[in-house]
Amino acid sequence: MKDKILQQLSEIRPEFDFKESSNFIAEGLLDSFDVVQLVAALDEHYNISIDGMDIIPENFSSIDSILAILIKNGVKNELKIQE
Amino acid sequence: MNLKFKNKRISGILTVLPEKEIKFEDELDNYNFSKSQSMKLKLVMGYDKRRVIKEGTTCSDLCIFGLNYLFEKNLLKKEDIDAMVLVTQSPDYFMPPTSHVIHGKLDLKQDMVCMDINQGCSGYIVGLNQAFMLLEQEEINKVVLLNADILSQKVSNRDRNSNPIIGDGASITIIENDNNNTNIFGAVKVDGTGAEALIIPAGAFKMPSSNETSELKEDQSGNLRSLDNLKMKGDEVFNFVQREVPPMIENLLQKSGYNKDDIDYYLFHQPNRFMLRKLADKIGVPYAKMPDNIVENFGNASGVSVPTAITYNLGDTLVNESFLVCMAGFGTGLNWAALIMRMDKLMFCELINYK
Repeated sequence: MKDKILQQLSEIRPEFDFKESSNFIAEGLLDSFDVVQLVAALDEHYNISIDGMDIIPENFSSIDSILAILIKNGVKNELKIQE
Repeated sequence: MNLKFKNKRISGILTVLPEKEIKFEDELDNYNFSKSQSMKLKLVMGYDKRRVIKEGTTCSDLCIFGLNYLFEKNLLKKEDIDAMVLVTQSPDYFMPPTSHVIHGKLDLKQDMVCMDINQGCSGYIVGLNQAFMLLEQEEINKVVLLNADILSQKVSNRDRNSNPIIGDGASITIIENDNNNTNIFGAVKVDGTGAEALIIPAGAFKMPSSNETSELKEDQSGNLRSLDNLKMKGDEVFNFVQREVPPMIENLLQKSGYNKDDIDYYLFHQPNRFMLRKLADKIGVPYAKMPDNIVENFGNASGVSVPTAITYNLGDTLVNESFLVCMAGFGTGLNWAALIMRMDKLMFCELINYK
């Protein structure tokens, strides 16, 4: 699941290495329009609709925060299932 | 605040759009963003074509063109207009009111109410509320509501945040008394602490335009705009809309006694496709009931976007049929407002080009 998120981030901003960043927003890897594109991609891939209230930069600042938002919006935590 | 009206109807809607069309792709070189990045955004946000005025055309020109069209087609008689309300944020002048300029050029009667209202994205709902209130007066039987904006003139063409969505246009809505015995339910809210979320900082009395205010400056994201240009804090506006609009609609539905499935169409302000689909998901209505195709075809002309959504998507259908609709506007102010009412066999519901 984390790999899928990384793949989608790379498709939006291929010039950045998201694995090396601790905060995508603060470090300038994503802006608000990138977040919109990411939400649209995640909505489509997981067949969900991330709540508009959750679309704030802090929720898209790291892989873990994105994972948390996906789970909050109904995506099953595949990582937990694998454990 | 909740509002309620009775025995009033919308009898006709006309949208007037300028003929000049700009394509999103044609402006990609203006922006400090890669073309591929912008093209991906186009799909999500619904950017495509927008209509803008040619330099020199004013809001009064668009309104007069539309009113003359109605007079010539015998869809409206000058002598029947008891009140005329223009909602705009791009008046011809600071003074006099643009509604009065229109009144003079059309030689309308003196015995009438005529006023401008400064409102933006929620301006259609605010204008309808004003019209319904005017119709409570014994001597007022027909109100002409004009919505018009030409804000493309105030947006930097190097600002990808705002430029791709802004269009120009005008609409004319006829509202009158009727013995239909039906209720109209309204809600209106305001939060002036968000006044700077959508603002043109310079050009009025607080900060008159000068060489300094016309200087383009780059923001953190790479957009260039001056203090004379429209500035939109996109994140703030998006979050405000997602936070405030769904509960307003739910409360209004509850007040009206209708449930969300009873509503045939949700005719909302058209900021962009992404925002509208998120609203539809949150409120729990299918996308087919909430048209989101105005930005991609014409651009967002502020308060004109709701009547454009009506005339473009329903058009002739509304001349022959009756629908229960929920309309909503939200944006500059910050202001947000909604109405639930029946639209029943309008006399006209058209979209025409300004020539």
